[in-house]
Amino acid sequence: MNPSLVILLLLALVVVAFQVGKARSIEIVGGARGVRDLHSLPGHYGLLTAMWCGLPALAVFCIWMLAQDAIITHFALSSIPSAVAHLSPAERSLLLNDLHNIVNGRIDPATVAESTRIAAASYQSLRETAHLALAVLIAVIALLGLLYVRRRIRADLRARNSYEQVVEWALFACSGIAVLTTIGIVLSIVFEAVRFFQLIPITDFLFGLHWSPQMAIRADQVGSSGAFGAVPLFTGTLLISAIAMVVAAPIGLLSAIYLAEYADRRARSVIKPLLEVLAGVPTVVYGFFAALTVGPILRSVGETIGLNVASESALAAGLIMGVMIIPFVSSLADDMITAVPQSLRDGAYALGATRSETIKQVVLRAALPGIVGGLLLAVSRAIGETMIVVMAAGLAANLTANPFEAVTTVTVQIVTLLVGDQEFDSPKTLAAFALGLVLFLVTLVLNVIALYVVRKYREQYE
Amino acid sequence: MSNTSNGASAYQPPPADVTRAKVSAGLARRYRAEARFRALGLSATLLGILFVIFLFGSVIWRGYSIFGQHQVRLDVFFDPEVIDPSGTHSREALLAADYQALVRAALKSRFTEVEGRRQVRDLTALVSTGAAADVQDAVLADPSLIGQRRSMWVLTSSNVDWLLKGKVARSAPENERRISDEQLGWLDALIKDGRIEQRFNWTFFRHGDSRDPELAGVGGALAGSLLTLFVTLLLSFPVGVAAAIYLEEFARQNRITDLIEVNINNLAAVPSIVFGLLGLSMFIGFFGMPRSAPLVGGVVLTLLTLPTIIIASRAALKAVPPSIREAALGMGASRVQTVAHHVLPLAMPGMLTGAIIGMARALGESAPLLMIGMVAFIVDIPQGLTDPSTVLPVQVFLWSDSPERAFVERTSGAIIVLLLFLILMNATAVVLRNRFEKRW
Repeated sequence: MNPSLVILLLLALVVVAFQVGKARSIEIVGGARGVRDLHSLPGHYGLLTAMWCGLPALAVFCIWMLAQDAIITHFALSSIPSAVAHLSPAERSLLLNDLHNIVNGRIDPATVAESTRIAAASYQSLRETAHLALAVLIAVIALLGLLYVRRRIRADLRARNSYEQVVEWALFACSGIAVLTTIGIVLSIVFEAVRFFQLIPITDFLFGLHWSPQMAIRADQVGSSGAFGAVPLFTGTLLISAIAMVVAAPIGLLSAIYLAEYADRRARSVIKPLLEVLAGVPTVVYGFFAALTVGPILRSVGETIGLNVASESALAAGLIMGVMIIPFVSSLADDMITAVPQSLRDGAYALGATRSETIKQVVLRAALPGIVGGLLLAVSRAIGETMIVVMAAGLAANLTANPFEAVTTVTVQIVTLLVGDQEFDSPKTLAAFALGLVLFLVTLVLNVIALYVVRKYREQYE
Repeated sequence: MSNTSNGASAYQPPPADVTRAKVSAGLARRYRAEARFRALGLSATLLGILFVIFLFGSVIWRGYSIFGQHQVRLDVFFDPEVIDPSGTHSREALLAADYQALVRAALKSRFTEVEGRRQVRDLTALVSTGAAADVQDAVLADPSLIGQRRSMWVLTSSNVDWLLKGKVARSAPENERRISDEQLGWLDALIKDGRIEQRFNWTFFRHGDSRDPELAGVGGALAGSLLTLFVTLLLSFPVGVAAAIYLEEFARQNRITDLIEVNINNLAAVPSIVFGLLGLSMFIGFFGMPRSAPLVGGVVLTLLTLPTIIIASRAALKAVPPSIREAALGMGASRVQTVAHHVLPLAMPGMLTGAIIGMARALGESAPLLMIGMVAFIVDIPQGLTDPSTVLPVQVFLWSDSPERAFVERTSGAIIVLLLFLILMNATAVVLRNRFEKRW
């Protein structure tokens, strides 16, 4: 019996339960005319019954499916005790891999060892039994739930209240997923990062000046001992983000000022969506644009004025990242500027100030905290941006502040370390998680400060 | 208060004519500053728009030609000696036959003067390696073709296509255009015969990835994107709406609610690559879900888009006036009934708009998917949620890395397809908003 069939069976039982509960509630008050004597609508009794029938069974189903593979594998391996007794962990995982591939029909059983074949056969027969047992168990639990509620249905049973209580809990659980996600992120990153810091001291990582994560595959290999000093990555990230902010902050701010204070409504309704198109363009597109169009242009311009610009320069990546962030800065600043009360402007005009004086000396000053918050969010965006730098910034971990040279960033290194085949124990792979931890913490701090500032600012004028 | 009034009376304003003179002296300068500031704002805005035009222009200019592809008409003789010498017509025999030989023979029958290994190789290099597969497909579909002569349209090689599209000049040196003068002569003869035509490039939309540029297509990536988005939508929309309903309609103002809200706002600003790390170590490492599968991609993108959808849905719920709720509650409806029967239907258009915008973001996302292995070279079009697959933006990334110049055109073409989908989704969202949004 297939697990999806079990779910279908459960679904059918739930539908039956709904009908049974509904019919029972009507029956108890003596037919449809007596429905007004019920505490809740007949449908609520049906829903309550269906819930009691479905939810416990579903919970059992989930637990079973999570545990099943481990237990069956254990028993299947115990059917070939002599073959697994002296296996190293690596060989063992290889064996398990073969086992699962045979069971799922991905490889031909004839290609593996005799003992694996026996284990696979035993796994398969055990799984058959387990699925059958699961189906029976689910059916029994569902029916028990159904019968239990059916017996309890009375005219004064508060079916609606109980049902709505469960609905509220379910809604709460859905909103809790956000918290679970954060916990998941922290746990998964911290767990791997701690393993990395057991291999490489944290001070070497944070303050080392040399980054070259290639590890020697053979012991006698020269020149790739693996150095994990992340300072060049941090400076590279900062350099590119700084270039991006130099582009995005003035253009974004000025265009927000123009749109909010000068442009008439018609122009605004055309220009604003046009600028927001920039925010909707996927970052790979920017990366492609930076690598294929902007990079070569910068290089040839640099050649004509006698500058040596690397083909994967920090400048190209930073410029395009700035363009990407313009709409972000612009729309946040726009929000902040329009939130400044008109009375402040009117006061300035009444004193004889021109529009630009009003904007510079009144509006911008009033909106400053919000704008700073918005810029911080933009910086956090720039630091975490991945595709543009992966495609346009290159891999050379140079420790430099020269925007014409190639630099690499934290995100680029995370991608290069983790794309492709990898083993979970090598420092090379774990380094990516250590970098991820730094990235997560830095952006988290920036976001928390920025969101706090923006929120405070909004409250001020509400 | 007496203090300030005293202070005010103690202040003696300068005579009116002095003030006036002072102000008018600076007026011209101040108006100039005003005009300058305004021009600065305008030019910043125009610069932004210029970027949009430049970006789209450059992509379209590089990629529009992808929609056409040059094909050549060959008179293929389905030689029974080559395809099936034993005459059994069994499937194995038909699959194993050397169809490349048929293509070669067809070309040689037109250019009888071609001789020697090198020349024949150069001649067949005009035609895509996919031509043999086309011939095979024709035979497999209709074995009665064997022994007949048919005229077939097959793809030209990417170098020929590149030249005929004018991407490289005919006068360019041989090694730059990658077509020898001799090949150029054959090509001209074929054009004269009317055997070469530019046709709509179905290959690009039907095929998966390939090492040969002319055979590579976005079909596989599109299917992968659709499967991934299907999972994302299925998970993130119900969960996002439920979370929004809880926070907006049921939650009491307490610590836990605060914690959830702060979390959602923060998650919206966490770099997307961090979600990829979560997917890699949690879903693949810990739960043992399959790598490169749309299922895992969809789950990761769900976590990524959830904050967007929750925030949009909350805004939609907020827009429903309280009077609706009060009326329903006043009629004796419970809170769940009020929400389910009255508030939710009214907020639905806004929520759908939010969901579409979230999906558009998920469609363009690639960094977290690189982490979970959806970056493989995948030729087959994925059929299910656990098949290895890639998505459209990752395909763009993969092709953009390729040294083969014909892939630049593919990359731009894939970007155009991606942007078309995004524009379509955003346009739907705008229409939905304008059509169904109620102003209260």
